[in-house]
Amino acid sequence: MGSLNSRKRLEANRERRLNLDTAAIIQSIKDRFPGAVAEQTPGWVTINKENLIDVARFLKDGPSEFSSLHCLTAVDRKETVEVVYHFYSFKQRIMLTVKVILPNADLVIDSLTPLWGAADWLEREVYDLFGVRFQNHHDLRRIMNPDSWTDHPLRKDFKMAGFIPRPVK
Amino acid sequence: MNYPLIDLVFLVVKGVYILAFFAVNAMFLIWLERKVSAKVQNRLGPMVVGPHGSLQLIADTVKLLLKENIVPSSADRFVWWLAPFFVAVPTIAAFLCVPFSNVWIVRDLNVGVLFICSITSVCVLGVFMAGWGSNNKYSLLGGMRAAAQIISYEVPLLLSVLVIIMEAGTLSMQGIVHAQEAGLFLLKPNVMVAFLVYLISATAEVNRVPFDIPEAESELVSGYHTEYSGMKFAMFFLAEYANLFIISAVAATLFLGGWIGFFRPSAVWFLLKVYGIISFLMWVRWTLPRVRMDQMMAFAWKILTPIALVNILVTGLLLVLKG
Amino acid sequence: MELQELIINMGPQHPSTHGVLYLQLKLNGEVVLDCQPHIGYLHRSIEKIAENRSLTQFIAFTDRLDYMASMNNNLGFCLAAEKLLGITAPPRAQYIRVIVAELNRIASHLLAISTFAQDLGAYATPLFYALRDREKILQIFDQLCGQRLTYNYLRVGGVSGDIPVGVDLLIKDFISYERRMLAEYQDLLTGNIIFCVRSKKIGILPKELAINYGVTGTSLRASGVKWDLRKDEPYLAYDKFDFNIPTGQNGDSFDRYYVRMVEMEESLKIIEQALGALPEGDPVAKVNKVFRPTGETYMRTENPRGELGFYIVGDGNPFPYRLKVRSPSFSNLSVISHLVKGLNISDLVCVLGSLDIVMGEIDR
Repeated sequence: MGSLNSRKRLEANRERRLNLDTAAIIQSIKDRFPGAVAEQTPGWVTINKENLIDVARFLKDGPSEFSSLHCLTAVDRKETVEVVYHFYSFKQRIMLTVKVILPNADLVIDSLTPLWGAADWLEREVYDLFGVRFQNHHDLRRIMNPDSWTDHPLRKDFKMAGFIPRPVK
Repeated sequence: MNYPLIDLVFLVVKGVYILAFFAVNAMFLIWLERKVSAKVQNRLGPMVVGPHGSLQLIADTVKLLLKENIVPSSADRFVWWLAPFFVAVPTIAAFLCVPFSNVWIVRDLNVGVLFICSITSVCVLGVFMAGWGSNNKYSLLGGMRAAAQIISYEVPLLLSVLVIIMEAGTLSMQGIVHAQEAGLFLLKPNVMVAFLVYLISATAEVNRVPFDIPEAESELVSGYHTEYSGMKFAMFFLAEYANLFIISAVAATLFLGGWIGFFRPSAVWFLLKVYGIISFLMWVRWTLPRVRMDQMMAFAWKILTPIALVNILVTGLLLVLKG
Repeated sequence: MELQELIINMGPQHPSTHGVLYLQLKLNGEVVLDCQPHIGYLHRSIEKIAENRSLTQFIAFTDRLDYMASMNNNLGFCLAAEKLLGITAPPRAQYIRVIVAELNRIASHLLAISTFAQDLGAYATPLFYALRDREKILQIFDQLCGQRLTYNYLRVGGVSGDIPVGVDLLIKDFISYERRMLAEYQDLLTGNIIFCVRSKKIGILPKELAINYGVTGTSLRASGVKWDLRKDEPYLAYDKFDFNIPTGQNGDSFDRYYVRMVEMEESLKIIEQALGALPEGDPVAKVNKVFRPTGETYMRTENPRGELGFYIVGDGNPFPYRLKVRSPSFSNLSVISHLVKGLNISDLVCVLGSLDIVMGEIDR
């Protein structure tokens, strides 16, 4: 059990170091783009949607070198839709979670396809399943559902015909 | 002395014999292929119909005969309908000149080798017609590939056969066998090279792995015969295996001394040699991957053809020196 | 004569599109001018289903993502759920998880290399050899959890049952058997000149392009990036084992194949070490019957095909509020139109086979 404890300690150390580094990166964003960061928590950082493309370019080409857009998804919060980006830096070995909150009335956001090729399909998926429109995306089509479909199935207001969720205790 | 009636009877008997052999042999080869592939792949192969699945092919043939003949609505009907015959008929005709033994040959033409080589090349027309007539893009690609491939490999094939003709001094199949009674041609180094060239280009001629590019299941679905079903497909299938027999029979006759053997009946020796070569080709088929189109063409024109040409030169020099 | 482009719809039913992938090809003769992948034919909206299932219920659905490596999917999801809930599996469970994950990695790679050879035109022979070996792994899993394809073996907090008596011997037999067979496959495929000519320098994926497109797993390593989560961000007990990360130099189809080949040997090493050091104890932690996740987490693990990520958002209900599956094949496939331009149609099949995609996790 000793080794397990030491491993836990190591992991805790790593976690602390990562948090420190993440904080430093968020600070550098704040310095570079004042007012871009709307909210900051230990887990993620929320930035304004106007600043997204600039911040992303800074993350990619700046000193921290987030060379990989690991994951891109969205969460429907009923009044708003959060677009969640997971950037990864192979150099610093840090994953940075960036969120952008969009009001339901205006689901438009800048596309990151000029920076990361990975954004191409991931943005098409979010467009298909959530209806978030990505500006400057060169080929914004539905990716999974048929083109004639009009709904966005992962939205919370999507009606599933005939399905009754089990009551929660 | 002329007995036209007796000639006619003999002609009919021989025709029936060829057709029967064509069908039975192809069925046997298909069974053999399935068994060989099963052996290579740690399987049993067909086991249910008959002892060791030996009657499986009869069941399959009956099934194919009873199947509906589906014609694609956009096909060029006449070409599409004609194509299987263009593949099957020349193959059957090639059996005319195959010497099964010293007496078992339908007609020992004095240009036998030339006849077989030229009539089997007609098959490419049928393959191309099938690819074109199906009006399917995969079939078209398969047909184009087949035409390019078969025409390219015809060159080294004929050049390697030429070596034997020079050695034997005759074009007759029986004549070539008789010329080997003193000693097999294969024992000479230049003929060995010719044999190798022949075997490789013959494999390409019958579209077998590693040259099965026209059919290329993983790329072109099934190539030129994608759209065929029922008996029309069966004709392609039977012709493929009959072709396999023909090229192996030519190889056995030209290079391995045909029916020459230690005891009678000599037909046994012929069949042994032919099926030996066929088994070898089957073993190759179930082991190797497929080459690419351009690699295969480059191989034909840049490697095989020069080798075959130089080989002819060497053979000629040797013959002149020997006097 | 007018040059006309030939448009071919390859798939969704085609022998070598590995499921229901649909590639729209623009051809000039046989040269691919443009390749447009269309996906979604297997879309089951698993992410929506997850919003109406508890975490434990959803484990069975992860089996259906990458159905060639269900154990690894179970593992990825269970680790993500455990990270969100703050649970640690007991050491024995961790070791068992390593063993089953690596066994499944071998099963998946076996199928990957053999279908790759099949795509190159080796008629079914490598496939049958690989299926024969995979069968042994499936039998081991059958003894473990009673299933051969969709295991549903791992649980949040451990595994559903301890290793039954005798299965460790089966695994040991398999290790020595598979070492022998891998040497044979090296002879059959790696040493085959046609195989090399067909796959070397075909579909070269440069390092920068791979990272830019989020390509992970064996395809990334074949491009020369020494990156494996088992080594670089070790989860479970991977930091206790001694194994290497094979990388390629050129990033071509052959490298992608070869990295898988070597990885299988490394996985055998890991299994051997894990089996030797299997700790005693419970195979499952004491956990609540109903989980009520709050907050959010992102956890990724090294699947046979790349990094599988689970992004779980909870709101205190038993059902997750949102669950996103970041599937490796999805990102790996998105790069294909860059790889095949100017290649022959036969090479397209080769590149597609070397990327080793599974439509189940692309379409979800």
